Amino acid sequence: MAVSGKPLNERPAHELTASILSGRVTSRQLVEAVFRCIRATNPTLNTYVTLNESEAIRKAEEVDARISAGNPVGPLAGIPVALKDLLCTRGLLTTAGSRILENFVPPYDATSVERLRDADAVIVGKLNLDEFAMGSSNENSAYGPARNPHDPARVPGGSSGASAASVAANQTVLALGTDTGGSIRLPASFCGVVGLKPTYGRVSRYGLIAYASSLDQIGPVARNVTDAALLLNVIAGHDPRDSTSVDLPAPDYTAGLDAGVAGRTVGLPTGYFGDGLDEEVRASVFRGVEVLKDAGAEIREIDLPIACHPAYSIAAYYIIATGEASSNLSRYDGVKYGSRTEGDDLIDMYCRTRSAGFGAEVKRRIMLGAYALSAGYYDAYYLKAQRVRTLVKGDFDGAFESCDLLAAPVSPTPAFPIGEKTDDPLQMYLSDIYTVSVNLAGIPAISVPCGLSGEGLPIGLQLLAPAFKEENLLRAAYVVEQELT
Amino acid sequence: MRYESVIGLEVHAQLATQTKIFCGCSVSYGAEANSRTCPVCLGLPGALPVLNREAVEHTIRIALAVGCTVQSRSRFLRKNYFYPDLPKGYQISQFQSNEEMPLATGGRIEIPSGSGTKTIRLIRIHMEEDAGKSIHDEAFVAAGESLVDVNRCGVPLIELVSEPDIATPEEASLFMTRLRQLLIYTGVSEGDMEKGHIRIDANVSIRPDGATGLGAKVEIKNMNSIRNCRRALEAEILRQIDTLETGGDVMQETLLYDPDRNRLRTMRGKESSDDYRYFPEPDLVPVVVDPEWTDRIQATVPELPEAKRTRFELAYGLRTDQIDTLIADRKMADYYEAAVSAGAEPATAANWVHGDVLRTLNERKIDVDQLKAAPADLAALLKLIEGGVISASVGRTVFARMAETGDAPEAVVERQGLAQISDSSRIDGLIETVISQHPDAVERYRRGDAKLLGFFMGQIMKATRGQANPGMANRLLREKLAPRPPSS
Repeated sequence: MAVSGKPLNERPAHELTASILSGRVTSRQLVEAVFRCIRATNPTLNTYVTLNESEAIRKAEEVDARISAGNPVGPLAGIPVALKDLLCTRGLLTTAGSRILENFVPPYDATSVERLRDADAVIVGKLNLDEFAMGSSNENSAYGPARNPHDPARVPGGSSGASAASVAANQTVLALGTDTGGSIRLPASFCGVVGLKPTYGRVSRYGLIAYASSLDQIGPVARNVTDAALLLNVIAGHDPRDSTSVDLPAPDYTAGLDAGVAGRTVGLPTGYFGDGLDEEVRASVFRGVEVLKDAGAEIREIDLPIACHPAYSIAAYYIIATGEASSNLSRYDGVKYGSRTEGDDLIDMYCRTRSAGFGAEVKRRIMLGAYALSAGYYDAYYLKAQRVRTLVKGDFDGAFESCDLLAAPVSPTPAFPIGEKTDDPLQMYLSDIYTVSVNLAGIPAISVPCGLSGEGLPIGLQLLAPAFKEENLLRAAYVVEQELT
Repeated sequence: MRYESVIGLEVHAQLATQTKIFCGCSVSYGAEANSRTCPVCLGLPGALPVLNREAVEHTIRIALAVGCTVQSRSRFLRKNYFYPDLPKGYQISQFQSNEEMPLATGGRIEIPSGSGTKTIRLIRIHMEEDAGKSIHDEAFVAAGESLVDVNRCGVPLIELVSEPDIATPEEASLFMTRLRQLLIYTGVSEGDMEKGHIRIDANVSIRPDGATGLGAKVEIKNMNSIRNCRRALEAEILRQIDTLETGGDVMQETLLYDPDRNRLRTMRGKESSDDYRYFPEPDLVPVVVDPEWTDRIQATVPELPEAKRTRFELAYGLRTDQIDTLIADRKMADYYEAAVSAGAEPATAANWVHGDVLRTLNERKIDVDQLKAAPADLAALLKLIEGGVISASVGRTVFARMAETGDAPEAVVERQGLAQISDSSRIDGLIETVISQHPDAVERYRRGDAKLLGFFMGQIMKATRGQANPGMANRLLREKLAPRPPSS
């Protein structure tokens, strides 16, 4: 029965869809294998916040019945998909990793979730994350840290830590994450899976609980490039409910994945390979770049003075992201939904509710953001950060005049031990040093495994492309994947 | 010392859209609490706003009507503050600064002033969403709780801000009357003050007559009628004068107007002014208005009151007071013109609209478009009078009936037998009878008591229930009563 000889839950989605459609494998068998794995590993990894088991089994049976009756099914028929717990799911607890939403059951589905259901995917459950996606290690969760399957003493990265960890640990076949400053790419790199942050506006944000609205984007996390393309196919496209979603047709991202990179120009931003980059990471990333070169790509060093300069990009990112967050999180006031701590009067209720409901990092970012937006400081911080953002975009625009893609590390180091950076927020923020510029510019980027450290920890290669050129990212990542994994 | 007041108004008007400004929920007055809501206007996590195009078009229409510059590109911003009836913790609004433009800037409104007009300049018109309503129900207040109804959340509003060009409460009242008239004329707002469609904030200060500097500014919020606005301003100006005259200082502060008690109370002082942390709303794209769109909307701006006034003067030669009545309400003017185009004589029709039509509307407390007597039927009625079929006084009875039933005037006349008696032989006969019944009166008349003609007319009308053609009756009576040469 087995096609690739592996347990069902470890197989690629693009194989499983064929197996399920042909009736060689049932969705129910697959979903049961996934839940067996979760039961065995979740106590260690702490990846799932909420399981959707009975509903998942029901959906799997429904898909199986439709297939055996010869009825049409969607492109992800019977495939288990897990969701970062920042995506609203109708009737299913959605916590954003926060105490303040510990009891929040949305009355509606996020557009991406709706599209998954329409594609006949099976929703496995909701995945742990840094509270409101604020973090780089998944340690800022009200539900405890998720752990890295390659070494449970280490972080899986953040904020979509459990999205990457669950995929890496075969607790699901596919997962959705969100990326505001690197939150898909960093965990993908730390956990050795593929993670893609699409162009801003490529995937609807409707139903994605906002951290920083102008930067947030939902993207696929998968064990291989083909699966990532398959998942992106389902979620990409215009949504009239999100004014910032772009009305451009989405191509079939799985088509021409093996087209190669011959004749492409790959730029290496020198600023991303300077001091502070771990030597093993540097070596692995260069190995990935070599693979592209061997496949016929031209490699060219380029200079991105603003986009690659942490003093600009990290600073601008944290001002814009926290400014937007301070406003986005105002709605959690204990009045309408979520947890409430009673107080002596209205103001006291607000204070107690938000003091008890938010974790330390969320409070820190609300304070930072409220400060940056305050009268008298707005021009010096928020407005200046927006100007930097324009310059970052200009840097990339210039680079893409001569390059089809850019290659870079994802993070300065492989996965670090749990607790190592929790007392030093600034060091934690620097984990995003190579990823935030992409969000500021709104362009797409992917993290694809390119090697292991001496300790056996995964290392990702980051590839960047111009807006709406996700297919070029996937094709280049596919070349690297074929050679290095 | 004599003082003068300096007043600027900020007017919120509800746009006459079917749905809310950022979601598809219906805008309806008096619906069950929290029944007109969805994830977007409830501010649920992850829900996103989508701008209602109709709301933008309404705003552009009033902007064009008052001569604003419509900005080709404007943005929405978030105004951040915590309040239970503000589900997102911020209001999506617009703002004017070095970096930001609201949808429309500049513009002016002319108000009557003496025999001419005075120009009140406008600063801007911007769009925003309304907040919900806190309900302090007795049963819950006792338990220290209030309720929130978010039906109004996301109801589309414009805020129109004037320059401080308004000198008196009376001018403020004229400005508001004119603005409300324009909003209703253009169909931009229903302008129903009782439903809270228009709310007024005012900034008012006083200074010694002729001074150029400005005194401390007091803001009065939440005035819900033009009359209350005027009363509140009058009271506040007197208070400020009294404060200065008794050696005090007027403090910059914000007052809340309580319409139930017609009183002002302090909402907050200067020191606690809010920092709303405005920043561009990242969930919405900029509003881009191209000239073609503006042109299309311009074509939907109807003839405005002042243009109508000029035209009514020239085309129909009407009196000023008649024109005032007719143009006060666009639907009234339309009714009048429909009657004229159905053949009514303009001056007569104006008298009728100004008279019986208006009286009927006031008595029935209805709008002219709810009046059952159609303009074409009014024209037909006037023709019946003109043709002598009925008298003018019977005409008024017929109109009252038309207003009640919607019947055509001919049918009313027919059914009730109200047609005027213009048959000279029949009237002759009646006169003979009256003369024979009142020989003394005839004698007195013939001896020169001309006033008695009215008595005889009254008798004829009584006998015909008012239907005798009065002109004919009058002529025949004079003939019959004329002193006869002595029969010799």
